Amino acid sequence: MEALAKLGRSTLDKFSALGRATFVLLGAVMSVPQLKNIPLTIKQIYVVGVQSLSIIIVSGLFIGMVMALQGYTILVDYGAEGSLGPMVALSLLRELGPVVTALLFAGRAGSALTAEIGLMKATEQLSSLEMMAVDPLRRIVAPRLWAGVISMPMLAIIFSAVGILGGHLVGVDWLGVDAGSYWSIMQSTVEWNEDVLNGFIKSIVFAFVVTWIAIFKGYDSIPTSEGISAATTQTVVYSSLAVLGLDFVLTAIMFGIE
Amino acid sequence: MNNLIEIDSLTFKRGERTIYDNISLQIKEGQTTAVMGPSGIGKTTLLKLIGGQLSPTSGDIKFRGESIPNMKRSRLFNVRRQMSMLFQSGALFTDMTVFDNIAFPIREHTNLSEEFIRTVVLMKLQAVGLRGAADLMPSELSGGMARRAALARSIALDPELIMYDEPFAGQDPISMGVLVKLIKQLNNALKLTSVVVTHDVKEVMSIADYVYILAEKKIIGSGTPEEIRQSDSALVQQFLKGQADGPVPFHYPAKEITAEFLGA
Repeated sequence: MEALAKLGRSTLDKFSALGRATFVLLGAVMSVPQLKNIPLTIKQIYVVGVQSLSIIIVSGLFIGMVMALQGYTILVDYGAEGSLGPMVALSLLRELGPVVTALLFAGRAGSALTAEIGLMKATEQLSSLEMMAVDPLRRIVAPRLWAGVISMPMLAIIFSAVGILGGHLVGVDWLGVDAGSYWSIMQSTVEWNEDVLNGFIKSIVFAFVVTWIAIFKGYDSIPTSEGISAATTQTVVYSSLAVLGLDFVLTAIMFGIE
Repeated sequence: MNNLIEIDSLTFKRGERTIYDNISLQIKEGQTTAVMGPSGIGKTTLLKLIGGQLSPTSGDIKFRGESIPNMKRSRLFNVRRQMSMLFQSGALFTDMTVFDNIAFPIREHTNLSEEFIRTVVLMKLQAVGLRGAADLMPSELSGGMARRAALARSIALDPELIMYDEPFAGQDPISMGVLVKLIKQLNNALKLTSVVVTHDVKEVMSIADYVYILAEKKIIGSGTPEEIRQSDSALVQQFLKGQADGPVPFHYPAKEITAEFLGA
């Protein structure tokens, strides 16, 4: 009986959190866009996007390199090392680019967003905005949401591009795969709509979900040190799970049933 | 004198816990009203209720006769431009200089030229004695300076009502003296209505026109500072004189000490 009540309560809590999250999202998205907010959004794009560039580039490079190394050792047994190019490009564009970027983004920028908004709440900055008749959803949350949604797809594209170059470095320059076949087979195999665009759509969805989770967790955090630390952890855990789960769903829709 | 704020049989519960049980109080225009009481009884909550950040469980709060809990969000935001709140922490925006902090509400709500804003901000800073600190970041200010900067920000738009949340908490005697003087001066010079929530009896009794003492979810005493001093309520006297034991017990409720140690 006790367990049942507990289950019921936690389910109710989850649903009410979902409701609050929707309110935060609607409040941020629906708030009337103001000219004054554009510089704020640009500043946030710099913070969450540009400052994430180094981790994205380094990770993309290494993932491309590892993939070329692993792919080569397998493909060479079948004399199919010429297919290294499309293998690297397709895995990056369809899966690894959007997914790994989203996971890194959650760890690097999502956690920072949660902590920042949580601390603003703890230090009464959000309350004082409200008392100054400034809506914190419009002033604080909306620019961060848009910055995340704009930055992450671009980061994913950069990730994939750098990964393909990393694959080239290992596959072509070090292991001796023919440069012509690396590029030309890649060009003939990779479809614009099927692969590039679908990967881009994935990363837009991930961007939206990860940033939403991050800002909501910050906004809804308990304003104490434990509360903010828990909220930051939850941001990373929930967004990682959401990204991996959604990736399966999106992949099934995009590439699954022909 | 008109009542700027009327609180009418207000009850507020947080979850199962009752914070206020059917209290009523009035805040008169142009006066400094002090709300005192032991810590942890939700004095800040009262200010948040007046500011419309929280909604009462029952009862009503009126600002110039207009019910705050029943206001639409847009109307509430309009009314909030006439009120201002000095938070205990100051709540300065840590990513802006002192100057930008004070310019913030002006930039958000008006279309004044930067030149004009500069004049206004420097005047406000002059009033709190921090014109020289305009270019500092909040992290470079002492606690007392941060509170004065926050005070300058809260008068930036010349509000009618200003609510002080524990303005004296954690201040050294000098900054305490400065703050007492500032609150008094602002009230007189700008014809403000002030609500001061505090437990610093001596300081607030020197500037308040009217005092409410809250304890045990109710108002246990009210009157001018002189009337309060004369009060024959044991609870009021314990609070004013800072006695460790009395109607508010020293011990948090517990079982009998003999039972605890001897297991009897």
